[in-house]
Amino acid sequence: QQQQQQQQRRHYEELAHKSGFSTEQIKNLHKRFRQLSGNKETISRANLDSIPALANNPIKKQIIDAFFDKRNQRQDDEVGSLEEIGLEQFLMVMSHFRPPAHKSGEEERQAARRQKLRFLFNMHDTDGDGIITLVEYRKELLSKSGAIGHQAAKAIADAAMLEVASTNAPHMAPDDFYEGITFEHFQQILKGLEMESRMHIRFLDVDTTTMRCGKATS
Amino acid sequence: LLLFLFLFFFHQGTQDNDTRAHGDEEHQQGNSTAHRKAFPVLSFNYEYVRKPFEISLWILLALLMKLGFHVIPRVSHVVPESCLLIFVGLLVGGVIKAIRQTAPVLDTDLFFLYLLPPIILDAGYFLPIRPFTENLGTILVFAVVGTLWNAFFVGGAMYGVCQLEGGQLRGVDLLSCLLFGSIVSAVDPVAVLAVFEEIHINELLYILVFGESLLNDAVTVVLYHLFEEFSHAGVVTVADALLGGLCFFVVSCGGILVGAIYGLLGAFTSRFTSHTRVIEPLFVFLYSYMAYLSAEVFHLSGIMSLIACGVVMRPYVEANISHKSYTTVKYFLKMWSSVSETLIFIFLGVSTVAGPHAWNWTFVIVTVVLCLVSRVLGVVGLTFVINKFRIVKLTKKDQFIVAYGGLRGAIAFSLGFLLTGNKMKDLFLTAIITLIFFTVFVQGMTIRPLVELLEVKKKRECDGSINEEIHTQFLDHLLVGIEDICGHYGHHHWKDKLSRFNKAYVKKWLIAGDRSTEPQLLSFYNKMEMKQAMMMVESGGVFGQNERKNTRLITVISKSREMEVRKMLHSNMQKNRQRLRSYSRHDLMMDPFEDDVSEVRFRKQRVEMERRMSHYLTVPAKRPEPPPSVRRVAFEPAHRVYTYDDGEGTPVEARRNASNPVSLLNESGRGFQEEEEEEKEEEQFKALRRLSDPGPKS
Repeated sequence: QQQQQQQQRRHYEELAHKSGFSTEQIKNLHKRFRQLSGNKETISRANLDSIPALANNPIKKQIIDAFFDKRNQRQDDEVGSLEEIGLEQFLMVMSHFRPPAHKSGEEERQAARRQKLRFLFNMHDTDGDGIITLVEYRKELLSKSGAIGHQAAKAIADAAMLEVASTNAPHMAPDDFYEGITFEHFQQILKGLEMESRMHIRFLDVDTTTMRCGKATS
Repeated sequence: LLLFLFLFFFHQGTQDNDTRAHGDEEHQQGNSTAHRKAFPVLSFNYEYVRKPFEISLWILLALLMKLGFHVIPRVSHVVPESCLLIFVGLLVGGVIKAIRQTAPVLDTDLFFLYLLPPIILDAGYFLPIRPFTENLGTILVFAVVGTLWNAFFVGGAMYGVCQLEGGQLRGVDLLSCLLFGSIVSAVDPVAVLAVFEEIHINELLYILVFGESLLNDAVTVVLYHLFEEFSHAGVVTVADALLGGLCFFVVSCGGILVGAIYGLLGAFTSRFTSHTRVIEPLFVFLYSYMAYLSAEVFHLSGIMSLIACGVVMRPYVEANISHKSYTTVKYFLKMWSSVSETLIFIFLGVSTVAGPHAWNWTFVIVTVVLCLVSRVLGVVGLTFVINKFRIVKLTKKDQFIVAYGGLRGAIAFSLGFLLTGNKMKDLFLTAIITLIFFTVFVQGMTIRPLVELLEVKKKRECDGSINEEIHTQFLDHLLVGIEDICGHYGHHHWKDKLSRFNKAYVKKWLIAGDRSTEPQLLSFYNKMEMKQAMMMVESGGVFGQNERKNTRLITVISKSREMEVRKMLHSNMQKNRQRLRSYSRHDLMMDPFEDDVSEVRFRKQRVEMERRMSHYLTVPAKRPEPPPSVRRVAFEPAHRVYTYDDGEGTPVEARRNASNPVSLLNESGRGFQEEEEEEKEEEQFKALRRLSDPGPKS
């Protein structure tokens, strides 16, 4: 028993080092992981799919895909997707949503922002070629609430691309073709949103009852 | 200056004329029996119009002063407008006193019932909701706990000082001191708005200080009434204190409830106004004013009621009313609040000179010092606690600005004026006035250089772009999803639930027609399109360079042509009215609809633009994908929008007719240009006529 606990603690510390969470948070997240996976070692897409609260979410598929996307594992340019993920991968994805550290310097904030924007970018760039093309953009808008309607979504996507192009490549020659949004352009247009302070959720340190088990999958 | 002279000569004149008028009348009476007087061709009867005349004269004076400041730019850069206005008020008060007239004092009724509501409504209606709700916890803590701390600290310390000082001050008892403390403790929204608007500080700080100044009204009202009651009763029991606490909840929640009810009523009413567009703005104003008055009847917090009403009403009303009505509402609110603010500051100056004063060095100095100290201590202490719960912590710079921005203003003065039967009234009033002057002048003037010095983040200049809107929404959904995966019912989860409830039930009741199901992204997009379209017509050109930040259209032309186009545009722009963006809350953003787009001008511009477009735009080569830079929408009398990018002509779902955009860019001219020019011009002309009077889809 002691041995097991020690081993687990060391495992957690390792994970903490890699993902940046505290051991408390990892413990809570592990509990949740086990709930989702039905006490197995890995989670598959079906597990995440069956979370009832996610059913209303218009971008449910993209979120789930993001968990299985290799690019979000920060493993240096691996593309493709995994079938199942273990605790470590789960934590790596979750680590994109950590709140900014209190006493972070400018560099760290920039790095955090870059990381979060990269996560978002990967969610849009479904084919993994490093560019968000108009088709991908349109598809993403379409999926987000069918209420928008086909034509309107197209129009909005067009206008959005137009905007990106105009702010990032204002002097294109007549024969140029705007390929798509690269990561740099993406960063540029979302510069004003201050992602590092907006894209986070609260991972509580203490084991509180907000981690409700009631609605989890079985 | 001339107006001054005019003003009090008139007063002098009226005094004489009054007597003369009376004399005339009697004389007439007496004489009518005796012999008939000649028919008066020209007579003078000032009494008849006296009251409205004087009011108008005052307002005119105030506005002329405001005008005058902007003519002297150097002064208005250094000194905030509020200071200048108080100064003018002092002058006028001095002049009036010199000619021994009774000056109009800042009557409490006048202030609370007529001057304050427009300002608060203006602020509440245009309150940026997102940052407000994100920081609500912090704002509430500052407003409630901070104000309580200020009140008790200042009151208690004053009492201590009074006892120590002795002499004249010994008669000031604890309750009076606490009453005084509660009056001076509240940060004043009018003063904060007046100063903060000019320094363009970043949104977070603005909303913190401003939100605090709004929400502390409830605390102020409760404390004030509490202590006033107690100071009459003389003795305080624990039960009374508990009742006071209960009262606070009743006052604030009651105020919000009243405001919300009126807001919903207003939204519901606006659903049916499609046939009487002209009176739509009145509904907004009247419902809000009624909310304020109703709350005041029950001694609830009128300010919170007004804010709640504006906030609740706004999204639904804006979806229902026509664009012209919306502009009217915006304009009128800005106008009234501007006038009110000006009048308040001027009256403050006048009342200072006029009012009875009891100057006591110790009392006054100690007040000022204590207020400063307690504010700083309060902010620092509270931030220390708050930062434990905040994700984005407040830095020392932020804390300094929040503390420094805690200005006192006319509300404190009016509350002091309202004190009845308090023997210390004059003493208190003097101290309050000194405090107000100190905060407004010293803090108001120095905050701008300090902001520069400390390099505090300023407000973002650009409007929302469609990309930011898309990604903000995306992010919202994403965060909700992640929270669900974590099983964590956090902030985002509840926000999402609320918005879904709103969409499912509330919108159906409160928004007319099919706009109730219009998703937010679409309405945002429509608004932007409209803005861009009108802006394009305004400037007579299609080419948004980076100077005009609002236009995000691009053109695909070669460099040399770009130069030619630029030159032409430049000359064209100079002909059109150029509105500078001046930095005051009371200036509206460049709103294309403001201009009365006269038909002739429009047509001329369209023709001009067409010609230019066909000359100077090159046609982008064939592209593999439907190119993003190229789109065209045209009109159809049947309120439909066609997009031509794929060559298909399928109509979009008919949106509200008013939001059809004018053609954005010239297209890959697949032979469209020539044929379509005439008909496009025709249609767009028709469309614009429709645009200028949007009604429902009939």
